[in-house]
Amino acid sequence: MSYRRRASPLHAARAGVAVGYCLALGCAALLLSAPLTLAATTLAIVLAGVAAGVGRELLRAAPFAIVLGLLVMVVNALVVRDGLTVILRLGDVPVLGHADVTLEATVYGAVLGLRAVALILCGALYTAAVDPDEVLRLFRRLSFRSALTAAISTRMVPILIRDSRRLADAQRCRPGRPPSRVMLMRAATAGLLDRALDVAAALEVRGYGGARRPPHARRPYNRHDLAFAASAIGVLALAIGARVGGLAPFRAYPTLHTPLPAGEWALVAGLLACVLLPFAERRGIE
Amino acid sequence: MNALELDAVSYAYPGGRAPALAEVTLQVAPGELVIVAGDSGSGKSTLLRVANGLAPHFHGGTFSGRAIVAGLDTRERGPGELAAAVGTLFQDPETQVVMGTVRAELAFPLENRGQPPGAVARGVEESALALGIGHLLDRSTAELSGGELQRVALAAALAGDPALLVLDEPTSQLDPVAGDELIGVLRRLNEDRDTAILLAEHRLERCLAAADRVVALDQGRLVCDAPPAAFLEWALASAPELATPGARLLAGAGLRPAPGVKAARAALREQGLLPRENKIDPPIAGETHTRRRKDAALRFDRVWHELRDGPAILRAASLTIAPGERVALMGRNGAGKSTLLRHAAGLMQPTRGRISTGGRVALLLQNPTDYLVHETVGEEAAPEALRIAGLDPASFAGRHPRDLSGGEKQRLALAVVLGDPAAPPPAVICLDEPTRGMDRRLKGELAALLRGVEAAVLVATHDPEFVAEFADRVVLLADGAPIADGPAAEILATGTYFATETARILGGAGGALTPVQGVALLTREAEVLV
Repeated sequence: MSYRRRASPLHAARAGVAVGYCLALGCAALLLSAPLTLAATTLAIVLAGVAAGVGRELLRAAPFAIVLGLLVMVVNALVVRDGLTVILRLGDVPVLGHADVTLEATVYGAVLGLRAVALILCGALYTAAVDPDEVLRLFRRLSFRSALTAAISTRMVPILIRDSRRLADAQRCRPGRPPSRVMLMRAATAGLLDRALDVAAALEVRGYGGARRPPHARRPYNRHDLAFAASAIGVLALAIGARVGGLAPFRAYPTLHTPLPAGEWALVAGLLACVLLPFAERRGIE
Repeated sequence: MNALELDAVSYAYPGGRAPALAEVTLQVAPGELVIVAGDSGSGKSTLLRVANGLAPHFHGGTFSGRAIVAGLDTRERGPGELAAAVGTLFQDPETQVVMGTVRAELAFPLENRGQPPGAVARGVEESALALGIGHLLDRSTAELSGGELQRVALAAALAGDPALLVLDEPTSQLDPVAGDELIGVLRRLNEDRDTAILLAEHRLERCLAAADRVVALDQGRLVCDAPPAAFLEWALASAPELATPGARLLAGAGLRPAPGVKAARAALREQGLLPRENKIDPPIAGETHTRRRKDAALRFDRVWHELRDGPAILRAASLTIAPGERVALMGRNGAGKSTLLRHAAGLMQPTRGRISTGGRVALLLQNPTDYLVHETVGEEAAPEALRIAGLDPASFAGRHPRDLSGGEKQRLALAVVLGDPAAPPPAVICLDEPTRGMDRRLKGELAALLRGVEAAVLVATHDPEFVAEFADRVVLLADGAPIADGPAAEILATGTYFATETARILGGAGGALTPVQGVALLTREAEVLV
């Protein structure tokens, strides 16, 4: 998965704003705990990805996110002893001891898992919709070398994926017994070092070693910059407001408490509208 | 002020037993196009790395003498500072493009110099226009073909108008068309901008006509520094492996060598030796009746490979290879050559059509290092397989595969895919671009090796001189299907880009592909005239 410029309002927004938008979505996922609002946040991230034309990229990240989410749920259900509604008695389990699975621990685990899914999808949206070169420009005024190192590390990922595919293909061409995983790992590591040296040499001859602090570039804000900045502020305000004002009450232990008041439904509607409205403006997105 | 001045430069890599460069003294004037010639390991790449400061600043090692680039002493300035004066283009375009989009890639070196946004934007536009890649500016670098990537890397090297451009075999991964285009672009830049160019290249016939001078290296020493014609005379006398096919053809005809097809034709015409063009009509794919044998080693029957949400790479490709046949697969970058080989070996499955084989298909992909995962050569392949691949088990079995030279790695990888000699041998051996970065001697050795194996051989390559040495038959691929298929003499003598230098000089007369065949033809023609 990597960034590719697409004709979408989110791609047309400057990197700083797009980063802020993704961060706001991530913060909402962290701040909101009620199952309904967290599900709405996850849905909003997915819909934002689809509206930005990167739905397929999010779909690719989804299996990993879901597996991780389920793992979090199962571990929480097995490990946490809180909750009064026992739904499964496992008896004495090695390492875990006496394990009774409760509805509350399972639901809370599901909430934690859903949060993990939302955060992973948010990361996938960032990777697919925010130009890493612009992010590099944005941050290198603060710390050029750190920003460049981070950006180059990200750039190495698709190269290494291609290399590992090549290595796998070459090994499939070997007749007889395939080499062990340790051997393959060692060969891949050696290849990785060669690649890193090549990229480092390329950076040197492009003047990285003598890099100077670039002057500030002024660029007028376009309509998408303004729309997504407003959206990010709105999402953050709603999430913080809901958290502080108790708009979406949720308590897992000792028994489940999810009253779903009218305010929570309004919060969900507001959140979805705030996240998706900037995509309604389609002018100037090429 | 010279673009480059080397004064008695010697350099040895860390741990190197012998110096990679020894007492090299050389000047390159502004606007000169100088070719660096030499066998593999002769020091060509090292010379370029001295010019851009990577040696010794990046690689370490021992350096003596003085190297001045556009007035900057490389002992005092590192490659980062020298980057403003010297642009560099390496062999592999994939590892030298570091940013996500073409625009960002071109802007990167200018931004590193702290140039203001206006100057960066202007520099990006000028470099893009100079290389004809304006339409690619907003494309992702991950989507570009090898030829496009190489152009982008060249544009990035030129951004900021450096005094010197050093290029390390920039055409080795390009098809003949893209390679010729790149050389043309270099010549134009050289003339328009007064940029000095130092170009290391194995396929001298591709670029000699554009050069002002040629310097030849042998074991790190400068052994020749002369204009192209004088270099060819020196090469014929002292280093025949560096002489171009055209030079060997003219020498065989008793004439002085001339660089390039145009000059060679003029020399032959002046002596009344240029044969009349009696080109054979190129055979059309599918017309060759002998191909549909039942005992085929490999058969593609209307094979398609269509990418999901993308184009079709193979389009009803039909091809039959007989046991023991030596076939070269040629075509532009992206024509579908590698995809076809991958289908043959079962690495990819056709979306339509059928592939049948007469046994195992051994495939050697482009990078031989990918096959080498063990600690010693002896663990990689059995002694007999090593012997078949041309490696003496007694000398090589104990060595580490990564310590081998490029040609030796290629042979070892070939031994690996050939497998256990006690097991049934492969029916077909497929090789994908096996001559990249190889000098003429190594290519000759590989051609001899391929001619010696019993299995059918299918090689995807851009190198017509190599094809002329090993192939019986050439299949020309375009847009995922064969467009011409016939004996090597017919295909390579009837084209312009996919033709040997000898064939281009002689206009395809008599189907002569190699200098030896060309000389024989000229001799026959001369006898007829007498």
